[in-house]
Amino acid sequence: MTTEQIKTVAPKPAPVWQHRHILDIDDFSREEIELVFNTTQAMKEVLSRPIKRVPALRGKTLITLFYEASTRTRLSFELAAKNLGADAASLSATASSVTKGESLIDTVSTLEALGADIVVMRHPHSGAPDIVTRYVEASIINAGDGWHAHPTQALLDLYTIQEHKSTLKGLKAVIIGDILHSRVARSNIWGMTTMGMDVTLCGPPTLLPDEMGEQNHHLPPTNIEHNIERALDGADAVMTLRLQLERQQSGLLPSIREYVQLYQLTEARLKLAKPDALVLHPGPVNEEIEIAPAIVHGPQSVINEQVANGVAVRMALLYILAGSQKP
Amino acid sequence: MNKALLIKDGRTIDPSQKTDEVGSLLVAEGKISWRGKGEEAPPETDYEVLDAKGLVVCPGLIDLHSHLRDPGYEEKETIASGSRAAARGGFTTICCMPNTDPPLDNQTAVEYIKSTAAAEAVVRVLPIGCISKGRKGKELVEMGELAAAGVIAFSDDGEPALNSYIMRQALDYSRAFELPVTDHCEDTILTEGGQMNEGVLSAKLGLRGIPNAAEDIIVARDLALAELTGGWLHIAHTTTEGAVELIRRAKEKGINVTAEVTPHHLTLTEERVIGYNTNAKVNPPLRTERDIEALIQGLNDNTIDIIATDHAPHTEGDKLCEFALAPFGISGLETALGALMGLVHNKKLSLTTLIAKLTYEPAKILGGKHGQLGTLAVSAPADITIFDPLLEWLVDTKDFASKGKNTPLAGEKLKGKVIVTVYGGKIVYRNDNVILKKQSD
Repeated sequence: MTTEQIKTVAPKPAPVWQHRHILDIDDFSREEIELVFNTTQAMKEVLSRPIKRVPALRGKTLITLFYEASTRTRLSFELAAKNLGADAASLSATASSVTKGESLIDTVSTLEALGADIVVMRHPHSGAPDIVTRYVEASIINAGDGWHAHPTQALLDLYTIQEHKSTLKGLKAVIIGDILHSRVARSNIWGMTTMGMDVTLCGPPTLLPDEMGEQNHHLPPTNIEHNIERALDGADAVMTLRLQLERQQSGLLPSIREYVQLYQLTEARLKLAKPDALVLHPGPVNEEIEIAPAIVHGPQSVINEQVANGVAVRMALLYILAGSQKP
Repeated sequence: MNKALLIKDGRTIDPSQKTDEVGSLLVAEGKISWRGKGEEAPPETDYEVLDAKGLVVCPGLIDLHSHLRDPGYEEKETIASGSRAAARGGFTTICCMPNTDPPLDNQTAVEYIKSTAAAEAVVRVLPIGCISKGRKGKELVEMGELAAAGVIAFSDDGEPALNSYIMRQALDYSRAFELPVTDHCEDTILTEGGQMNEGVLSAKLGLRGIPNAAEDIIVARDLALAELTGGWLHIAHTTTEGAVELIRRAKEKGINVTAEVTPHHLTLTEERVIGYNTNAKVNPPLRTERDIEALIQGLNDNTIDIIATDHAPHTEGDKLCEFALAPFGISGLETALGALMGLVHNKKLSLTTLIAKLTYEPAKILGGKHGQLGTLAVSAPADITIFDPLLEWLVDTKDFASKGKNTPLAGEKLKGKVIVTVYGGKIVYRNDNVILKKQSD
């Protein structure tokens, strides 16, 4: 299959697309998100073939630069790159000069000198990818920065919901858990509201700042609800977030036990949502803490679909991004 | 000896004498030797003339809060480079904070500042001593010895005196020397890991916030201790609406407190952090419009006594990193007046009030121990700043004399520019571009 042929399966990146980097989706338009959805659809078709490869990114090099552990995001990007014929390589913070105090910008410049066209980075500090874009030519894809953003996760979450519900507009989404420290929640809030969903955030006040729900020009409108039963009422999509166990040590929660009592998504609580409500989780799941195991493996769970869609969504993003790069 | 200098036909604004009039000043032998209104000419005739027509002539600016980084962090700034930055910014007196390495917690360190300044500085440099040995907040420094060595205040700047007992003793003991104890008011337990103002924007950017309450708590505590001891409390870099209100009430009660605010907290909001701009990372953080309104109100009703720069230079490398890893601080001496003139142009402050907050008011805090500063009175040291209130200029950090290029104002246009700075009768800075242009007009 040639590059010409892929253009017949994937819509050509239209002028709709405005990004050289993917840092967050707070500045994505509805049309851009729809372009990602349509391209993802085409990529899923590619992935259903016996030979799951198209050479759309042949000659391009993608490097994943991860300063934090990742179970699936990194693999998902590397598979996406390979499926499109790109060369993929990776650098882990612990296995490189990063640990010797080499600065972030030096490291990314080195990757660029080594031929990286696209750098996929994950970093523990919010804004690290934004800063890098000011000093390098390569396209930067944010695979999670601090508490700030995880745009590709949000896009795959939205895509997964959309596959089941056909349209996102008017759906009620509930995100439950540690919103304060969650880049997944932040990016989803933007994506969901841009697509016309009604978003309710739920968690203990120490993990859910009131500012998240204030009407203002920095954040889109959401509802804040500290009571999980009320939050779940009539929901179409329920996303639970991973609770980091150190939140108890830092005094934000009196105990994990009480968190489980107050905020675990249980079968009884899930019944308060619509009968066909979807259950999502960005992974990795702490079963028995934020979500009951029976739900993780139950009929309403789309957690494994999220993972599967992750490859197609990332293929779509790489394809669109490559199309928008200078030749 | 230098030839006498006549500064002619400037708009002479001297809040110390409540004057604002067009006139001329004669500078001879390091002092202001004559002052005349309108067309008046001095009795002598042998002088050079500096045409100040259309310019403001005011007492040399005084900054009670600068970081010169020397000794210990000379890659960020030195006494020499910091003093040149001061001259470019129109400051003729700067007071350097003691968070150096070693810190200014003993007489020898203070003597180092004085001797280095005497040899290398182009403006007056006055040291501030620590409150506690090693800035550790445990034992008081020998305040008497430091006072004798010439410190103008005591501060563990950057480190708040979190221990209320030590702060009480500092406020109490310092009364013997009639010097203020300056506190950086921050409850550092509440702000641990904080990166920017806490609010909607920190929620969006995913950065740990520094709430206003962290400042208000320590301001309230310090005011209570000042009331308890009768000691002189000076509040560094006030940034919150709450702190302004607390200080206002304390002054009404007669508590011995003075307060300062920085140009950046008066003119910039937290929005400057958008894009993770490490040059807008400063502690206390840039706040909101609402806080700015309160700070301006506080200046206008004298709740806040002075404007001080908190000039905090860092190298480009220091700031070229992840937001959370970047040090706090803005290089402020060279943009202070231009930025503050924006408040005058927007009618938030009168020109006279602005000049008073940069000259006469800080001079009152210095209290005459270092000469008759902040005034254009005849026989006072000839420390004079001449600026064009309307001249627009682009902030190009390449032009900075400071080693610290870390300013969120880089590349921006400011209206109001220092043209000449005179220190002790000597021109220590002149903007030749402007002067040559004027001559060719």
